[in-house]
Amino acid sequence: MEKIILLGDEAVALGAIHSGLTAAYSYPGTPASEIMEFLISQSNGGKNYVAKWCVNEKVAMEEALGVSFAGRRAMVSFKHVGLNVAADPFINAAITGANGGLVVVSADDPGFHSSQNEQDSRFYADFARILAFEPANHQEAYDLTREAFDLSEKFGLPVMIRLATRLAHSRAPVEVGEARKKNQQPEYGYGPDWTLLPANACRRFQDLLQRQKQLKNYAEECPFNELSPADKGNRLGVVVSGLAFNYFREVYSRLSSRPAYLKISTYPFPEKKLLKLIEEVDEILVIEEGYPFMERFIRGVAGIPGKVIKGKMDETLPTSGELTPETVARALGLPVKTGLKTDGFQLPGRPPQLCPGCPHADTFKALNEALQGYDRGNVFSDIGCYTLGALPPYKAIQTCVCMGASVSMAKGGAEAGVYPSVAVIGDSTFAHSGITPLLDAVYSNSDLTVIILDNGTVAMTGAQPSFGTGEPLDRMLAGLGVSPEHIRVIIPLPKNHQLNTGIIKEELAYHGLSVIIVRRECVQILGDKKRS
Amino acid sequence: MTYNLILAGVGGQGILSIAFVIDQASLAEGHYFLQAEVHGMSQRGGAVQSHLRLSDTKIYSPLIPQGEADLILSVEPLEALRYFSYLKPRGTVISSRSPYLNIPDYPPLEDIYREIKKIPSSLLLEADRLAKEAGSLRAENMVVLGAASVFLPLKEENLKKFIEVLFRAKGEKVVNTNLKAFDLGRQAATGEQ
Repeated sequence: MEKIILLGDEAVALGAIHSGLTAAYSYPGTPASEIMEFLISQSNGGKNYVAKWCVNEKVAMEEALGVSFAGRRAMVSFKHVGLNVAADPFINAAITGANGGLVVVSADDPGFHSSQNEQDSRFYADFARILAFEPANHQEAYDLTREAFDLSEKFGLPVMIRLATRLAHSRAPVEVGEARKKNQQPEYGYGPDWTLLPANACRRFQDLLQRQKQLKNYAEECPFNELSPADKGNRLGVVVSGLAFNYFREVYSRLSSRPAYLKISTYPFPEKKLLKLIEEVDEILVIEEGYPFMERFIRGVAGIPGKVIKGKMDETLPTSGELTPETVARALGLPVKTGLKTDGFQLPGRPPQLCPGCPHADTFKALNEALQGYDRGNVFSDIGCYTLGALPPYKAIQTCVCMGASVSMAKGGAEAGVYPSVAVIGDSTFAHSGITPLLDAVYSNSDLTVIILDNGTVAMTGAQPSFGTGEPLDRMLAGLGVSPEHIRVIIPLPKNHQLNTGIIKEELAYHGLSVIIVRRECVQILGDKKRS
Repeated sequence: MTYNLILAGVGGQGILSIAFVIDQASLAEGHYFLQAEVHGMSQRGGAVQSHLRLSDTKIYSPLIPQGEADLILSVEPLEALRYFSYLKPRGTVISSRSPYLNIPDYPPLEDIYREIKKIPSSLLLEADRLAKEAGSLRAENMVVLGAASVFLPLKEENLKKFIEVLFRAKGEKVVNTNLKAFDLGRQAATGEQ
């Protein structure tokens, strides 16, 4: 078999292609973006299969569901918080069920590398009552994606693949198999099953509950949940899942007497295998990347009589952040090296920052100056490169919560007396989730100044296309009903500083809704264009 | 044999290009390898690093354990220091001398050099000068890779082959600049030994 070097993200993408994918959808977000980047790069301009960025994750999930309804194979991918956006169709897709194979990839970011939280997507799979795979390595990422498509069609349900940053963003050689063709002449989804009127939904939910037994049987029997016996006399049992398995295996060979372990890559949790492990041991150590999902299940309310259970909940392992070879070694009672120290040397941090010449820098400078003289205003902001405007030297924004929240929070703030209430949002984030709150603000003629930073791209995640940029954005704003005299366009360049500051001041002084479009292309895109 | 390597630098300095060349050469020589890298927010002028592990047996952890790195290879001197806790007691540090100044509290360069020189097997390269000599300041990453090639358990010709693959699409001139940068880095390291 051929071996090729792939990112974990790419291994999932290739697994989907080789499963006979008809269409894939996504919205950019670290650490999931490279799944769609790879799919687009291999799609032969869309001739092989559809691979598209979407306006947001909810839309992406629904488009994938539409493909599944039509009997074809679909994949949707996003970062963990993207699943929050897509949660409504995601949960309900388990009720309608899948027709063509439907695989949902959610990439978690333990350690906050590029995210606002460490939420664990396994809870969502449990919540929706569907199968979830948690691949441990690149080979499993590829193999389990193929398996996920088969199982989705076998059980008639969506299947989740849960990734974490260190798998998504590491590279290793993968043995790839034969690609199979797309399925031909499939039948559409069965009508009444897909109309979730309460009576139908109730019937479908009973059906989903019935199928839980099949899912559990699969998780018990499948080779991806592997029980390995202990050395004679060793009374420790380790329950370890996905990525965490690698840190465990790294130190496993250092143990003088080896414990039994249950390696989990498939949920629902295989209870029988766990009971078998429990019989053989006095102590259980649970190692998992993310929240204590398995550990909570194993502990229950009262624990297991006569057994000691260790993991994150008793702080044998850290309750936040990524696992490391060190934290796992310590949990197994092994000494760890400390390495060289640079004692007495103050090592300054080097946080990410706006690129030299970035248009956002000019915007923040003008905004800060325009806000002088107001002592109680607030700048609500959003998710993108411009979130770095919270850091020195700008210190220009005061909130960042979730996609689109700047506009809605600024409206709420204004209604609670914040003045001036300013929202700063990028063009793609505006398209993603800023349009609906702006419509809300138009309806109320809120006393609000919305600044849309239009740099023409999704810059932070690697310059994917934006759906709300340029002239179409201007027309969209007018169409939403923003008063034309309060739609202003400025060009953020140092030479325009006075002019821009003045325009922002005028709109801050106006007691009603204004939108200022700040338009200049991202310097990264500009640089790429010049080089090519 | 397991060889652990930390690549360090600032976002935009071409760490992932170095990783690409080493990854491909490792596969060509039949090694197992794992390479963890940083994408997303940190790539915007922040500290970036890649953990790269090659071995003739299966390896598991995508992160190098503390005190287990054979080599720290850095395109920036302050960034080399950031990962000292990963270095083996007899490990090697190779770094460019030229600082990337984008923070207000950058320490005095001489202090940084002094810390690096405390490592018995360390090499500070005039990577900026050598890159310029090769034809482009952007080739500093290939200068430090060339210097590292003296230590890596990989064949020189394989590394050079994949430098060609990496830059082929950008034309012959860019390929030659980067190959020359590699050679100059290698010569600098060989001269020091």
